[in-house]
Amino acid sequence: MKSAVVVFPGLNRERDMIAALTKIGGTPPFVVWHKDAELPDVDLIVIPGGFSYGDYLRCGAIAARSPMMDLIRERAEKGVKVLGVCNGFQILTEAGLLPGALMRNASLKFVCREVNLEVANANTPFSRNYQQGQVFRCPVAHHDGNYFADNDTIAALEDNGQVVFRYTAETNPNGSINNIAAITNARGNVLGMMPHPENLIEPAHGGEDGKGLFAGLLNEVSDSSMTTG
Amino acid sequence: MTLRNDIEITPELVANHGLKPDEYQKILDLIGREPTFTELGIFSAMWNEHCSYKSSKKWLKTLPTKGPRVLQGPGENAGVVDIGDGQAVVFKMESHNHPSFIEPYQGAATGVGGILRDVFTMGARPIAAMNALRFGEPDHEKTKHLVSGVVAGVGGYGNSFGVPTVGGEVQFDARYNGNILVNAFAAGLADTDKIFLSEAKGVGLPVVYLGAKTGRDGVGGATMASAEFGDDIEEKRPTVQVGDPFTEKRLLEACLELMKTGAVIAIQDMGAAGLTCSAVEMGAKGDLGIELNLDAVPVREDRMTPYEMMLSESQERMLMVLHPEKEAEARAVFEKWELDFATVGKTTDDLRFRVLFQGDEVANLPIKELGDEAPEYDRPWVAPTLPAPLDPASVPDADIAEGLLALLDSANHSSRRWVYEQYDTLIQGNSLQTPGGDGGVVRVEGHPTKALAFSSDVNPRYCEADPFEGGKQAVAECWRNLIATGSEPLAATDNLNFGNPERPEIMGQIVHAIKGIGEACTALDFPIVSGNVSLYNETNGRGILPTPTIAGVGLIEDHAKMVRSGFAREGDAIVLIGAPENWGSHLGQSAYLRDVLGRREGTAPYVDLAHEKKAGLFVLSLIRDGKVRSAHDLSDGGLALALAEAAIKSGIGAEIATPEHATLATWFGEDQGRYIVTASADEADEIVAASPVSAVVIGSTGGDTLKLGPARSISVAELGSAYEGWFPAFMGATIN
Repeated sequence: MKSAVVVFPGLNRERDMIAALTKIGGTPPFVVWHKDAELPDVDLIVIPGGFSYGDYLRCGAIAARSPMMDLIRERAEKGVKVLGVCNGFQILTEAGLLPGALMRNASLKFVCREVNLEVANANTPFSRNYQQGQVFRCPVAHHDGNYFADNDTIAALEDNGQVVFRYTAETNPNGSINNIAAITNARGNVLGMMPHPENLIEPAHGGEDGKGLFAGLLNEVSDSSMTTG
Repeated sequence: MTLRNDIEITPELVANHGLKPDEYQKILDLIGREPTFTELGIFSAMWNEHCSYKSSKKWLKTLPTKGPRVLQGPGENAGVVDIGDGQAVVFKMESHNHPSFIEPYQGAATGVGGILRDVFTMGARPIAAMNALRFGEPDHEKTKHLVSGVVAGVGGYGNSFGVPTVGGEVQFDARYNGNILVNAFAAGLADTDKIFLSEAKGVGLPVVYLGAKTGRDGVGGATMASAEFGDDIEEKRPTVQVGDPFTEKRLLEACLELMKTGAVIAIQDMGAAGLTCSAVEMGAKGDLGIELNLDAVPVREDRMTPYEMMLSESQERMLMVLHPEKEAEARAVFEKWELDFATVGKTTDDLRFRVLFQGDEVANLPIKELGDEAPEYDRPWVAPTLPAPLDPASVPDADIAEGLLALLDSANHSSRRWVYEQYDTLIQGNSLQTPGGDGGVVRVEGHPTKALAFSSDVNPRYCEADPFEGGKQAVAECWRNLIATGSEPLAATDNLNFGNPERPEIMGQIVHAIKGIGEACTALDFPIVSGNVSLYNETNGRGILPTPTIAGVGLIEDHAKMVRSGFAREGDAIVLIGAPENWGSHLGQSAYLRDVLGRREGTAPYVDLAHEKKAGLFVLSLIRDGKVRSAHDLSDGGLALALAEAAIKSGIGAEIATPEHATLATWFGEDQGRYIVTASADEADEIVAASPVSAVVIGSTGGDTLKLGPARSISVAELGSAYEGWFPAFMGATIN
């Protein structure tokens, strides 16, 4: 199984993500600089969290319009899995790889705390290590995580099972519509989420609830590599 | 508009630059002629209190700064302490008080930016931050605005830069109404053989400017920070800098990458007094002259004058001396990160600080006298008058449970969750203890067991009553908080915030506080390795409470043995270690007296440093041997508040006995050198038997209520809602 972490200037959780992929997957990911002319041949592309280009414009807007995103879009269209966490989620929505938008938190403040996530669809490569309806812990750390889309889009996301994780109602930290914390594209190979599973993967973090996402994803990727290769 | 360099130097102009007539005479004597306008600006920048420490230096020299682990003490951008395995922790605390009062968001943000830069300038990647914040009374008209702005600014910068904020303090007192305190701490990790210093070496080598462009922001900032505030404060807004954490993050990555190439001989960040201070410090420390060519300085505004360029405090800038043969390699690193890279001067052998602009020499000054030989004062001081001891009979007997709930629901002792949830406490994936406990703990990445603990402490009430005991207490409490996580305290940084040193009674506070700090640091083997002094914290002649903030770092050899302040499980015995008879006796200057009874009376509690050390080292040995399951130090609010915090954090209740001659001071006294630890009943007996100081089993954990001696039981839920309620209710009433 091979993965890559894409780094735009201003991202700052790339080291957390590299550590998680390395500790859980056993091999370190490729680290791709946004100006690199090509992406390595990988099964999973991750855009980690942070503040790309300072997020002085709409969060993720500048990174979403970079040539690197064209390369990622091409891979996504071929079925390569793409995971965007926090700023990565914002970049994916800005790039049109995922529907909707992440607005400023309803509190208007940055929020870093632990929330509970409920598995709304366990039948995706990103959530297959969790049970349908399972509630697990996960930290958030963002200023703009208030997911919004128009009614038709929300209805379509719900009907197609594209909502993968929800905040439990009492822990929704940002006002997201339908408590949405993570969605996929229609094809199911691109997932964006605001919470940071990479910060809850080992006992020293106070829990391993986030590990399942990576373990399921990396194993699934390696399984499919074996069958196709 | 262009400022000319031939502006006439009048006494008013000299006074507006914060230079006293005798200081100006010193300049005339030194250079043998009238300074140019740019030179006057340079002197004002270098000789102000903020940069020169002219009032405090004499006393700062008395602090203990050495120890077996200290690799670099005060005088560099940050202190460096060996943590073994070829690694060092690099840390410092610095104030940004004046700017934060004028423009809270940017003032606080650039305070965080400045201290992070101090740390990575030395080659260390920042791994933890803390902030000690002090605001005016909650009801004051500016307080909510300032809290909201400062907290957003701290978070806005640190979160974007990507450093976890793991601890700090937030306090309120009317004495900060006109002058808040924002003290920012940062720590980083570096390899001991790859520490970078600011001392320039070698003649004729390129002086290179790196980072963001120079604008007009912050011109005169350091001078502003060295004067009292008056009613014209709002006019000083243009002296506050504007922060850009995105550029700082790129500057961090670029600097660390550049340092790996071996190109860097010396490096200094541009903080207070920007280009002037960084260039002079590099030259003066290396016994070299510096020649700067301002035509090469990257600017972001048109028609900047030499005066403005030399005094700009634009953020996210660095100055370096580089190996000339590596210049191309260095430039490539900065181009990758899209940062400015310009050779703006060279080192010389004439010990002059020369500044060229459009073919003219606009400044030519002796560099040593500007820098490390700046004026130094022995200001007159008077010993502080100590208050009379509190008459115990004057404190009416009262309901313990109600007193505790009142403290939990008060401005100064309620939960700071509203604040720290606006900070990213988890980024980097190494945070083991986040704000809300005794100290923040971050593991050392790449090492299987090691971690570092951080705590920031001072009790300004004590310092006001007795600066000497208050100084001792600040050190002792910081040391105690580090112990309570299971760490060996290594070293500390001091951030000394006081009023106007030209008043002998304020100078007396400074002298006594530094003596107290020095005595405690010596007794506890806890050297001061870096620091900052902020004076003139006054508005219209009224000074702040003396506030010498102490931030310390401790080393945990095995974080599997680390403990937390909350109770660990039901059915454990609670052991009180280091307490006097009846468990507590000192109510003078206590939180209970001030925040429940509204009285500021009595002496500050005495810190017996020999006792402190014995109690602390014993508790540390218990934690390291795995004998205790939780530990918490006793500070503000005494035993009652400590037990309540341990219950709230764990959700586990406790039942506590009563000593034979219990008084209110048993529960709320603030006697020093005390801890509560929890252990199984058998182990508790062993602890009591082995303790070199007093140790007594005072009760046990369990259930969902806290019962303190004769007081009514309070449910842990009720304690929790009192504790968590105050801050959101206070800030919820704000519009912004």
